[in-house]
Amino acid sequence: MERIPILKMGDFLLVTIQVDMHDRLALALQDDLTEQIVKWRAHGVLIDISALEMVDSFIGRMLSNIANMARLLDAQTVVVGMQPSVAITLVELGLPMKGIRTALDVEKGMRTLRSYIEANGDGQGGDGNPEI
Amino acid sequence: MATTENRLHDALVKHEAVLLKDWIASQAKASGRPMTAAEGQQLEARCSGFLELLRQATREGGDDIMKPEWSAARDFLTQLSAARARAGSTPVETAMFIFSLKEPLFNLMRNESGAQPLAEDTWKATQLIDRLGLFTAEAFQKTREEVIGRQQQELLELSTPVVRLWENVLALPLIGTLDSARTQVVMQNLLEAIVQTRSDIAVIDITGVPTVDTLVAQHLLKTVAAARLMGADCIISGIRPQIAQTIIHLGVNLEDVTTKATLADAFAVALKRTGYAVVRVKNDSGSMS
Repeated sequence: MERIPILKMGDFLLVTIQVDMHDRLALALQDDLTEQIVKWRAHGVLIDISALEMVDSFIGRMLSNIANMARLLDAQTVVVGMQPSVAITLVELGLPMKGIRTALDVEKGMRTLRSYIEANGDGQGGDGNPEI
Repeated sequence: MATTENRLHDALVKHEAVLLKDWIASQAKASGRPMTAAEGQQLEARCSGFLELLRQATREGGDDIMKPEWSAARDFLTQLSAARARAGSTPVETAMFIFSLKEPLFNLMRNESGAQPLAEDTWKATQLIDRLGLFTAEAFQKTREEVIGRQQQELLELSTPVVRLWENVLALPLIGTLDSARTQVVMQNLLEAIVQTRSDIAVIDITGVPTVDTLVAQHLLKTVAAARLMGADCIISGIRPQIAQTIIHLGVNLEDVTTKATLADAFAVALKRTGYAVVRVKNDSGSMS
Protein backbone atom coordinates (compact mmCIF):
# COMPACT_ATOMS: atom_id res chain seq x y z
CA MET A 1 0.00 0.00 0.00
CA GLU A 2 1.37 3.39 -0.92
CA ARG A 3 2.25 5.79 1.84
CA ILE A 4 3.21 9.39 2.06
CA PRO A 5 6.86 9.70 3.15
CA ILE A 6 7.62 11.58 6.36
CA LEU A 7 11.11 13.11 6.51
CA LYS A 8 12.84 14.06 9.72
CA MET A 9 14.76 17.33 9.69
CA GLY A 10 16.22 18.02 13.11
CA ASP A 11 13.34 18.92 15.36
CA PHE A 12 10.83 18.98 12.54
CA LEU A 13 9.00 16.47 10.42
CA LEU A 14 8.49 17.29 6.77
CA VAL A 15 5.55 15.82 4.89
CA THR A 16 5.31 16.47 1.16
CA ILE A 17 2.08 15.42 -0.46
CA GLN A 18 2.96 14.67 -4.08
CA VAL A 19 0.07 12.46 -5.10
CA ASP A 20 -3.66 12.91 -5.14
CA MET A 21 -4.91 12.51 -1.59
CA HIS A 22 -7.52 9.85 -1.30
CA ASP A 23 -9.28 9.04 1.92
CA ARG A 24 -7.33 5.89 2.85
CA LEU A 25 -4.02 7.64 2.20
CA ALA A 26 -5.07 10.48 4.47
CA LEU A 27 -5.96 8.08 7.28
CA ALA A 28 -2.62 6.28 6.85
CA LEU A 29 -0.83 9.63 7.01
CA GLN A 30 -2.63 10.44 10.23
CA ASP A 31 -1.45 7.15 11.78
CA ASP A 32 2.12 7.46 10.56
CA LEU A 33 2.51 11.07 11.51
CA THR A 34 1.29 10.70 15.07
CA GLU A 35 3.61 7.72 15.53
CA GLN A 36 6.60 9.55 14.12
CA ILE A 37 5.99 12.63 16.24
CA VAL A 38 6.13 10.51 19.37
CA LYS A 39 9.06 8.47 18.10
CA TRP A 40 11.30 11.44 17.26
CA ARG A 41 9.83 13.78 19.82
CA ALA A 42 9.34 16.32 17.09
CA HIS A 43 8.23 19.84 17.92
CA GLY A 44 7.15 20.94 14.49
CA VAL A 45 5.36 19.42 11.51
CA LEU A 46 5.52 20.98 8.08
CA ILE A 47 2.97 19.76 5.54
CA ASP A 48 3.68 20.85 1.97
CA ILE A 49 0.53 20.65 -0.14
CA SER A 50 1.75 22.71 -3.10
CA ALA A 51 1.20 19.74 -5.43
CA LEU A 52 -2.36 19.22 -4.21
CA GLU A 53 -4.74 20.44 -6.89
CA MET A 54 -8.02 19.34 -5.41
CA VAL A 55 -9.47 18.93 -1.96
CA ASP A 56 -12.81 17.84 -0.61
CA SER A 57 -14.31 18.37 2.81
CA PHE A 58 -12.88 15.08 4.07
CA ILE A 59 -9.28 15.97 3.20
CA GLY A 60 -9.83 19.46 4.56
CA ARG A 61 -11.04 18.12 7.88
CA MET A 62 -8.20 15.59 7.85
CA LEU A 63 -5.57 18.33 7.64
CA SER A 64 -7.29 20.16 10.43
CA ASN A 65 -7.43 16.97 12.53
CA ILE A 66 -3.77 16.19 11.93
CA ALA A 67 -2.83 19.67 13.13
CA ASN A 68 -4.93 19.29 16.26
CA MET A 69 -3.51 15.83 17.01
CA ALA A 70 0.02 17.14 16.55
CA ARG A 71 -0.75 19.93 18.98
CA LEU A 72 -1.83 17.39 21.60
CA LEU A 73 1.55 15.73 21.12
CA ASP A 74 3.28 19.10 21.57
CA ALA A 75 4.16 19.71 17.95
CA GLN A 76 3.14 22.74 15.92
CA THR A 77 1.84 22.23 12.40
CA VAL A 78 2.36 24.55 9.46
CA VAL A 79 0.61 23.92 6.16
CA VAL A 80 2.56 25.46 3.29
CA GLY A 81 2.07 26.16 -0.40
CA MET A 82 -1.68 25.91 -0.66
CA GLN A 83 -2.91 26.58 -4.21
CA PRO A 84 -5.42 29.42 -4.73
CA SER A 85 -8.07 27.02 -6.02
CA VAL A 86 -7.66 24.81 -2.96
CA ALA A 87 -7.92 27.81 -0.62
CA ILE A 88 -11.09 29.00 -2.36
CA THR A 89 -12.60 25.52 -2.17
CA LEU A 90 -11.89 25.18 1.54
CA VAL A 91 -13.41 28.59 2.26
CA GLU A 92 -16.47 27.80 0.16
CA LEU A 93 -16.84 24.51 1.98
CA GLY A 94 -16.92 26.46 5.22
CA LEU A 95 -13.62 25.02 6.48
CA PRO A 96 -11.47 28.05 7.25
CA MET A 97 -9.23 25.83 9.46
CA LYS A 98 -8.92 28.28 12.30
CA GLY A 99 -6.31 26.36 14.28
CA ILE A 100 -3.84 25.79 11.46
CA ARG A 101 -0.81 27.93 10.80
CA THR A 102 -0.04 28.54 7.14
CA ALA A 103 2.88 29.82 5.08
CA LEU A 104 3.52 30.51 1.42
CA ASP A 105 6.43 28.11 0.94
CA VAL A 106 8.60 25.64 2.83
CA GLU A 107 11.24 28.25 3.62
CA LYS A 108 8.76 30.63 5.19
CA GLY A 109 7.05 27.74 6.95
CA MET A 110 10.35 26.69 8.53
CA ARG A 111 10.94 30.25 9.69
CA THR A 112 7.46 30.41 11.22
CA LEU A 113 7.95 27.14 13.07
CA ARG A 114 11.40 28.06 14.31
CA SER A 115 10.34 31.46 15.58
CA TYR A 116 7.33 29.96 17.29
CA ILE A 117 9.33 27.26 19.02
CA GLU A 118 12.02 29.73 20.06
CA ALA A 119 9.39 32.07 21.46
CA ASN A 120 7.59 29.37 23.43
CA GLY A 121 10.52 27.30 24.55
CA ASP A 122 10.62 23.54 24.89
CA GLY A 123 7.85 21.53 26.40
CA GLN A 124 5.58 24.47 26.92
CA GLY A 125 2.66 23.67 24.73
CA GLY A 126 0.27 26.18 26.23
CA ASP A 127 -3.19 26.43 24.79
CA GLY A 128 -1.80 26.19 21.27
CA ASN A 129 -3.13 29.54 20.32
CA PRO A 130 -0.18 31.90 20.40
CA GLU A 131 -0.03 35.31 18.86
CA ILE A 132 2.33 35.65 15.96
CA MET B 1 -57.23 28.56 -56.92
CA ALA B 2 -54.32 30.66 -55.72
CA THR B 3 -53.71 30.60 -51.98
CA THR B 4 -53.11 33.72 -49.97
CA GLU B 5 -49.38 33.17 -49.83
CA ASN B 6 -49.15 32.71 -53.49
CA ARG B 7 -51.16 35.84 -54.15
CA LEU B 8 -48.73 37.69 -51.90
CA HIS B 9 -45.85 36.11 -53.77
CA ASP B 10 -47.39 37.00 -57.14
CA ALA B 11 -47.89 40.56 -56.04
CA LEU B 12 -44.29 40.74 -54.91
CA VAL B 13 -43.04 39.45 -58.24
CA LYS B 14 -45.32 41.57 -60.37
CA HIS B 15 -44.91 44.92 -58.68
CA GLU B 16 -41.41 44.73 -57.33
CA ALA B 17 -40.23 48.07 -58.70
CA VAL B 18 -43.26 50.01 -57.43
CA LEU B 19 -43.11 48.31 -54.06
CA LEU B 20 -39.42 49.07 -53.70
CA LYS B 21 -39.91 52.73 -54.55
CA ASP B 22 -42.87 53.16 -52.19
CA TRP B 23 -41.12 51.28 -49.42
CA ILE B 24 -38.03 53.48 -49.59
CA ALA B 25 -40.24 56.56 -49.67
CA SER B 26 -42.18 55.38 -46.66
CA GLN B 27 -38.96 54.70 -44.73
CA ALA B 28 -37.59 58.11 -45.63
CA LYS B 29 -40.81 59.62 -44.31
CA ALA B 30 -40.62 57.57 -41.10
CA SER B 31 -37.04 58.60 -40.37
CA GLY B 32 -38.18 62.23 -40.33
CA ARG B 33 -34.94 63.71 -41.65
CA PRO B 34 -33.42 64.06 -45.09
CA MET B 35 -31.07 61.28 -46.10
CA THR B 36 -27.66 61.72 -47.67
CA ALA B 37 -26.99 60.18 -51.05
CA ALA B 38 -24.84 57.45 -49.54
CA GLU B 39 -27.50 56.58 -46.99
CA GLY B 40 -30.12 56.48 -49.72
CA GLN B 41 -28.05 54.12 -51.81
CA GLN B 42 -27.37 51.86 -48.85
CA LEU B 43 -31.06 51.80 -47.97
CA GLU B 44 -32.02 50.96 -51.52
CA ALA B 45 -29.53 48.12 -51.66
CA ARG B 46 -30.85 46.73 -48.38
CA CYS B 47 -34.50 47.05 -49.37
CA SER B 48 -34.09 45.43 -52.75
CA GLY B 49 -31.97 42.72 -51.18
CA PHE B 50 -34.65 41.96 -48.63
CA LEU B 51 -37.48 42.04 -51.17
CA GLU B 52 -35.57 39.51 -53.20
CA LEU B 53 -35.22 37.22 -50.19
CA LEU B 54 -38.86 37.79 -49.23
CA ARG B 55 -39.93 36.78 -52.70
CA GLN B 56 -37.97 33.55 -52.52
CA ALA B 57 -39.22 32.79 -49.04
CA THR B 58 -42.91 33.38 -49.82
CA ARG B 59 -42.65 31.19 -52.89
CA GLU B 60 -41.65 28.10 -50.97
CA GLY B 61 -41.89 28.72 -47.26
CA GLY B 62 -45.47 29.87 -46.74
CA ASP B 63 -45.99 32.28 -43.86
CA ASP B 64 -44.15 30.45 -41.08
CA ILE B 65 -40.95 32.43 -40.78
CA MET B 66 -39.28 29.75 -38.66
CA LYS B 67 -39.24 27.34 -41.62
CA PRO B 68 -35.87 26.59 -43.24
CA GLU B 69 -36.95 28.34 -46.45
CA TRP B 70 -36.96 31.57 -44.50
CA SER B 71 -33.45 31.14 -43.12
CA ALA B 72 -31.84 33.47 -45.68
CA ALA B 73 -34.36 36.22 -44.90
CA ARG B 74 -33.88 35.65 -41.17
CA ASP B 75 -30.09 35.87 -41.48
CA PHE B 76 -30.46 39.07 -43.43
CA LEU B 77 -32.62 40.62 -40.73
CA THR B 78 -30.31 39.41 -37.96
CA GLN B 79 -27.31 41.00 -39.65
CA LEU B 80 -29.20 44.19 -40.32
CA SER B 81 -30.37 44.46 -36.71
CA ALA B 82 -26.90 43.68 -35.40
CA ALA B 83 -25.36 46.35 -37.62
CA ARG B 84 -27.92 48.92 -36.53
CA ALA B 85 -27.59 48.00 -32.86
CA ARG B 86 -23.84 48.51 -33.05
CA ALA B 87 -24.25 51.76 -34.96
CA GLY B 88 -26.44 53.02 -32.13
CA SER B 89 -29.85 53.09 -33.82
CA THR B 90 -32.92 52.97 -31.60
CA PRO B 91 -35.07 49.83 -31.54
CA VAL B 92 -37.91 51.80 -33.16
CA GLU B 93 -35.76 52.80 -36.11
CA THR B 94 -34.64 49.25 -36.58
CA ALA B 95 -38.12 47.74 -36.39
CA MET B 96 -39.40 50.47 -38.73
CA PHE B 97 -37.39 48.87 -41.50
CA ILE B 98 -39.95 46.06 -41.60
CA PHE B 99 -43.08 47.86 -40.44
CA SER B 100 -42.75 50.55 -43.09
CA LEU B 101 -43.28 47.84 -45.67
CA LYS B 102 -46.90 47.51 -44.58
CA GLU B 103 -48.25 50.66 -46.17
CA PRO B 104 -46.92 50.14 -49.71
CA LEU B 105 -47.78 46.45 -49.58
CA PHE B 106 -51.36 47.04 -48.51
CA ASN B 107 -51.82 49.75 -51.13
CA LEU B 108 -50.60 47.35 -53.70
CA MET B 109 -52.93 44.60 -52.58
CA ARG B 110 -55.89 46.96 -52.52
CA ASN B 111 -55.29 47.84 -56.13
CA GLU B 112 -54.64 44.26 -57.07
CA SER B 113 -57.42 42.15 -55.60
CA GLY B 114 -61.17 42.36 -55.27
CA ALA B 115 -63.06 43.14 -52.08
CA GLN B 116 -63.56 39.56 -50.89
CA PRO B 117 -59.99 38.26 -50.70
CA LEU B 118 -58.69 41.64 -49.58
CA ALA B 119 -59.56 41.26 -45.88
CA GLU B 120 -58.08 37.80 -45.75
CA ASP B 121 -54.94 38.80 -47.63
CA THR B 122 -54.41 41.87 -45.51
CA TRP B 123 -54.72 39.82 -42.36
CA LYS B 124 -52.20 37.25 -43.60
CA ALA B 125 -49.78 39.91 -44.77
CA THR B 126 -50.02 41.91 -41.59
CA GLN B 127 -49.36 38.80 -39.52
CA LEU B 128 -46.34 38.01 -41.61
CA ILE B 129 -44.92 41.49 -41.38
CA ASP B 130 -45.56 41.71 -37.66
CA ARG B 131 -43.71 38.47 -37.16
CA LEU B 132 -40.80 39.71 -39.23
CA GLY B 133 -40.82 42.97 -37.27
CA LEU B 134 -40.77 41.17 -33.94
CA PHE B 135 -37.96 39.00 -35.20
CA THR B 136 -35.99 42.12 -36.08
CA ALA B 137 -36.59 43.61 -32.66
CA GLU B 138 -35.47 40.41 -31.01
CA ALA B 139 -32.28 40.25 -33.06
CA PHE B 140 -31.63 43.89 -32.22
CA GLN B 141 -32.07 43.19 -28.53
CA LYS B 142 -29.78 40.19 -28.67
CA THR B 143 -26.96 42.22 -30.19
CA ARG B 144 -27.44 44.92 -27.58
CA GLU B 145 -27.23 42.32 -24.83
CA GLU B 146 -24.05 40.94 -26.32
CA VAL B 147 -22.56 44.42 -26.26
CA ILE B 148 -23.59 44.86 -22.63
CA GLY B 149 -22.20 41.46 -21.71
CA ARG B 150 -18.87 42.26 -23.32
CA GLN B 151 -18.71 45.57 -21.51
CA GLN B 152 -19.42 43.87 -18.20
CA GLN B 153 -16.59 41.46 -18.87
CA GLU B 154 -14.24 44.32 -19.68
CA LEU B 155 -15.32 46.13 -16.54
CA LEU B 156 -14.59 43.03 -14.50
CA GLU B 157 -11.09 42.81 -15.88
CA LEU B 158 -10.44 46.50 -15.59
CA SER B 159 -11.64 46.88 -12.07
CA THR B 160 -9.48 44.38 -10.23
CA PRO B 161 -5.84 45.36 -10.44
CA VAL B 162 -3.46 43.89 -7.92
CA VAL B 163 -0.65 46.34 -7.15
CA ARG B 164 2.70 45.54 -5.62
CA LEU B 165 3.28 48.15 -2.93
CA TRP B 166 6.54 46.90 -1.54
CA GLU B 167 8.60 43.79 -1.33
CA ASN B 168 6.13 41.11 -0.18
CA VAL B 169 3.30 43.60 0.21
CA LEU B 170 0.36 43.66 -2.22
CA ALA B 171 -2.47 46.13 -2.48
CA LEU B 172 -5.89 45.54 -3.99
CA PRO B 173 -7.80 48.78 -4.47
CA LEU B 174 -11.46 47.89 -4.91
CA ILE B 175 -13.67 50.32 -6.79
CA GLY B 176 -17.40 49.94 -7.33
CA THR B 177 -20.00 47.60 -5.94
CA LEU B 178 -18.92 44.08 -5.14
CA ASP B 179 -21.16 41.28 -6.32
CA SER B 180 -20.52 37.56 -6.31
CA ALA B 181 -19.10 37.40 -9.83
CA ARG B 182 -16.71 40.27 -9.21
CA THR B 183 -15.62 38.97 -5.85
CA GLN B 184 -14.78 35.66 -7.46
CA VAL B 185 -12.49 37.42 -9.95
CA VAL B 186 -11.01 39.63 -7.23
CA MET B 187 -10.34 36.65 -5.02
CA GLN B 188 -8.69 34.66 -7.77
CA ASN B 189 -6.54 37.57 -8.94
CA LEU B 190 -5.39 38.32 -5.43
CA LEU B 191 -4.57 34.71 -4.56
CA GLU B 192 -2.70 34.19 -7.81
CA ALA B 193 -0.74 37.39 -7.27
CA ILE B 194 0.12 36.23 -3.76
CA VAL B 195 1.56 33.00 -5.16
CA GLN B 196 3.46 34.79 -7.93
CA THR B 197 5.01 37.52 -5.81
CA ARG B 198 5.36 35.43 -2.61
CA SER B 199 3.77 38.23 -0.65
CA ASP B 200 3.11 37.86 3.05
CA ILE B 201 0.70 40.75 3.34
CA ALA B 202 -2.15 41.92 1.15
CA VAL B 203 -3.95 45.21 1.75
CA ILE B 204 -7.54 45.28 0.52
CA ASP B 205 -8.56 48.89 0.15
CA ILE B 206 -12.31 49.50 0.04
CA THR B 207 -12.25 53.30 -0.24
CA GLY B 208 -13.97 53.03 -3.63
CA VAL B 209 -16.69 50.64 -2.53
CA PRO B 210 -19.85 52.76 -2.16
CA THR B 211 -21.85 50.44 0.09
CA VAL B 212 -21.08 47.44 2.22
CA ASP B 213 -23.92 45.04 2.93
CA THR B 214 -23.78 41.64 4.58
CA LEU B 215 -23.07 39.97 1.25
CA VAL B 216 -20.10 42.20 0.47
CA ALA B 217 -18.77 41.73 3.99
CA GLN B 218 -19.18 37.99 3.59
CA HIS B 219 -17.20 38.11 0.35
CA LEU B 220 -14.45 40.13 1.98
CA LEU B 221 -14.21 37.69 4.86
CA LYS B 222 -13.99 34.78 2.44
CA THR B 223 -11.16 36.44 0.55
CA VAL B 224 -9.31 37.09 3.79
CA ALA B 225 -9.84 33.50 4.93
CA ALA B 226 -8.60 32.08 1.62
CA ALA B 227 -5.48 34.27 1.71
CA ARG B 228 -4.84 33.21 5.27
CA LEU B 229 -5.04 29.54 4.26
CA MET B 230 -2.30 30.18 1.73
CA GLY B 231 -0.13 31.81 4.36
CA ALA B 232 -0.69 35.50 3.69
CA ASP B 233 -2.23 38.06 6.01
CA CYS B 234 -4.86 40.52 4.83
CA ILE B 235 -5.45 44.03 6.06
CA ILE B 236 -8.67 45.79 5.14
CA SER B 237 -8.23 49.53 4.78
CA GLY B 238 -10.18 52.54 3.58
CA ILE B 239 -13.19 51.99 5.79
CA ARG B 240 -15.20 55.20 5.75
CA PRO B 241 -17.10 56.34 8.86
CA GLN B 242 -20.49 55.45 7.39
CA ILE B 243 -19.28 52.03 6.36
CA ALA B 244 -17.90 51.38 9.83
CA GLN B 245 -21.35 52.24 11.19
CA THR B 246 -23.08 50.01 8.67
CA ILE B 247 -20.80 47.06 9.41
CA ILE B 248 -21.51 47.29 13.14
CA HIS B 249 -25.26 47.77 12.63
CA LEU B 250 -25.34 44.72 10.38
CA GLY B 251 -23.60 42.73 13.08
CA VAL B 252 -20.82 41.55 10.77
CA ASN B 253 -17.90 40.11 12.68
CA LEU B 254 -14.68 41.59 11.35
CA GLU B 255 -12.83 41.03 14.62
CA ASP B 256 -10.43 38.47 13.22
CA VAL B 257 -9.31 40.83 10.48
CA THR B 258 -6.91 43.72 10.86
CA THR B 259 -8.71 46.86 9.76
CA LYS B 260 -7.31 50.33 9.21
CA ALA B 261 -8.97 53.60 8.32
CA THR B 262 -6.60 54.56 5.52
CA LEU B 263 -4.30 52.84 3.08
CA ALA B 264 -1.37 54.75 4.58
CA ASP B 265 -2.00 53.23 8.02
CA ALA B 266 -2.32 49.77 6.51
CA PHE B 267 0.94 50.26 4.62
CA ALA B 268 2.69 51.32 7.81
CA VAL B 269 1.50 48.16 9.55
CA ALA B 270 2.56 46.05 6.58
CA LEU B 271 6.05 47.59 6.60
CA LYS B 272 6.38 47.03 10.31
CA ARG B 273 5.38 43.39 10.01
CA THR B 274 7.82 42.75 7.17
CA GLY B 275 10.56 44.41 9.21
CA TYR B 276 10.94 47.70 7.37
CA ALA B 277 10.76 51.23 8.67
CA VAL B 278 10.36 54.51 6.83
CA VAL B 279 12.96 57.06 7.98
CA ARG B 280 13.23 60.67 6.95
CA VAL B 281 16.70 61.10 5.47
CA LYS B 282 16.88 64.87 5.38
CA ASN B 283 15.32 67.09 7.99
CA ASP B 284 14.05 69.76 5.66
CA SER B 285 13.32 72.51 8.15
CA GLY B 286 13.16 75.29 5.56
CA SER B 287 10.09 74.04 3.70
CA MET B 288 7.60 74.60 6.46
CA SER B 289 7.35 77.47 8.86
